[in-house]
Amino acid sequence: MPSITDAQPGALTTTNLSYAEAIRAALRRALEEVPETIFYGEDVAKPGGVFGVTRGLFRDFPERVFDTPISETAILGSAVGAAMMGRRPIVEIMWVDFSLVAFDQIVNQMANVRYVSRGELSAPLVVRTQQGSMAGACAQHSQSLEAFFLHTPGIRVAMPWSAQDAYDILLTAVHTDDPVVVIENRNLYREPKQEVVIGGPVAALGGHRLRRQGSDITIVTWGIMTASVLAAAESLAAEGISAEVIETPWLNPFPEEAVLASVRRTGRLAVAHEANSTGGFGAEVIARVVEAGIPLRAPARRIATPDLRIAAAPSLLAASVPDAEAVRAAVAEIVAHRP
Amino acid sequence: MTRSLGKVWEMVTDPLEDLRWLWRLRTFELTIRELRLDGRVVGSVHLGVGQEAIAVGAVSALGPADPVFATYRGHNWALACGVPSEALFAELMGRASGINGGRGGSAYFSAPAYRFYGENSIVGAGTPHAVGAALAGVYDGSNRVSLTVFGDGAMNQGGVHESMNLAAARNLPVIFLCENNYWSEMTPITETTRDPELYKRAAAYGIHGERIDGNSVQEVRSAVGRAVERGRNGGGPTLIEAMTARLVGHYIGDVEHYRRPGELDAAKAAEPIVRLREELLRNGIPEETLDAIEDEVTRETQAAAERAAASEPASPATVKEHLYA
Repeated sequence: MPSITDAQPGALTTTNLSYAEAIRAALRRALEEVPETIFYGEDVAKPGGVFGVTRGLFRDFPERVFDTPISETAILGSAVGAAMMGRRPIVEIMWVDFSLVAFDQIVNQMANVRYVSRGELSAPLVVRTQQGSMAGACAQHSQSLEAFFLHTPGIRVAMPWSAQDAYDILLTAVHTDDPVVVIENRNLYREPKQEVVIGGPVAALGGHRLRRQGSDITIVTWGIMTASVLAAAESLAAEGISAEVIETPWLNPFPEEAVLASVRRTGRLAVAHEANSTGGFGAEVIARVVEAGIPLRAPARRIATPDLRIAAAPSLLAASVPDAEAVRAAVAEIVAHRP
Repeated sequence: MTRSLGKVWEMVTDPLEDLRWLWRLRTFELTIRELRLDGRVVGSVHLGVGQEAIAVGAVSALGPADPVFATYRGHNWALACGVPSEALFAELMGRASGINGGRGGSAYFSAPAYRFYGENSIVGAGTPHAVGAALAGVYDGSNRVSLTVFGDGAMNQGGVHESMNLAAARNLPVIFLCENNYWSEMTPITETTRDPELYKRAAAYGIHGERIDGNSVQEVRSAVGRAVERGRNGGGPTLIEAMTARLVGHYIGDVEHYRRPGELDAAKAAEPIVRLREELLRNGIPEETLDAIEDEVTRETQAAAERAAASEPASPATVKEHLYA
């Protein structure tokens, strides 16, 4: 088995990597191939990241990888300034919850650079962060905030679930000429290794993953919820319900045509995400299907965390975030609906 | 204060040229006020009347590729960087020929071709951008020194603190230039800090800090010139607190009920144009020469405003352009 570092640009290699290793491989390749990249954030260099994701990068790129003060505004704002000057900064915000400390730099600053200057300036930077719920993590380290970013025109947003996408999407983000927020999930970092093809051409921005074909209902999902949805689809198949599962790791740009085409065929729609329902992106997906005038055989439904804060206790968390059984039950109800 | 004679900023500059620049900035602002009051300029407009010497002095001490990051009170800075006044008038009037085609307006335009990397209408938010520009210079071989200007109010923004600390920690060539006009929008700086000598905060970051007379072009030029040299030679960031006065309200339409009695009279006697005129008269320059400069610049400015006013509004057909690459 060749090591990640042996991969040459353009030389396809299939290897077994964890989600965290896939991210590290993408960062390494970006630093090797794109001389304008710099990578920095809190504890990312010498400590190798609070989850160990970026271990070894400082050793190999000591000039372009560095640790910062605990200063999210300075991290994001300096990335904007460096990007305006032609660098391609990759910065880490350790937890998505911490981006709220510095949301000005995301919404008021990086998102405006290209539009207001009519493209005379641009901010080609990548914000790597991670989110998701975990028992004991507490309400300020458990939120799923993708909708905040998605409400902001001018920035691209992705939430990779597979190790392959964690690798591909990060590289695509580095090569994108606009700000890209890549939201990882720390529960995935230590999942078992998967086969990952590395060293191939950098993928185009956007796209979707048809994870399961089906005819009775379309389930759109992203992030770690994809696993629960696929498990639910398996159970539903045993009940005679054929669910089509579309994972949308890219949320901006959103693969609208693929979703609309699927719902036209199945006539039913559920959207599953870990974020809470009100103002979540699931509502947007349903709105687009409704606005497209696609006739539905049953009311579309969001499968989401209720509008709550996230408690630390395992029993309370389990009662909040939908699991595979919650997805299964909700989808079975939709399919059982009789007008 | 040590003076290193023979450096660029110590060269004998033409004070008549300084006066001309001060008038360019002043007449622009006064014309904008008229255009705002007659409705041809809309929205929030923040004038820098009285603060011109800081922009004129500072920009004259920068190298041609050293970027400037300013605030919503930024017309002075763009003009000092060389942005044509016609393109700025057009910008504030929402014209296609505006420097950003009308997308930035008074408070948030940029002109990178003139190394003016933008105003910012969020207090203190451009400061980390300047740090990033200096950080980029570590890698691109430019050896640029980055200048960010902000008001005394911004000194109490968290991001400004974060920026100074990050620049200091990484020894980046950033000039943090605080225009202290005493008013944080409408609240005096003395009410929002325990120690209003803001330059002292530099010591907390381990960087050089000084307070200067911001109404003297030459004093600003000299201080910024020394900061440029410090940054260019690996000495890291500098905090300069330039004392000045805002001779107008926070925005056009501000009734300024908060002013202290006599405050504006004192400020008007010490403002940069009055002061430089007096100095030149004392040095034997005839009054007619000074008046002629003022008249000439006023005519130029008014002609630029008229040309801008005659140009086309930004086209609605373009509104969706340039959101993404």
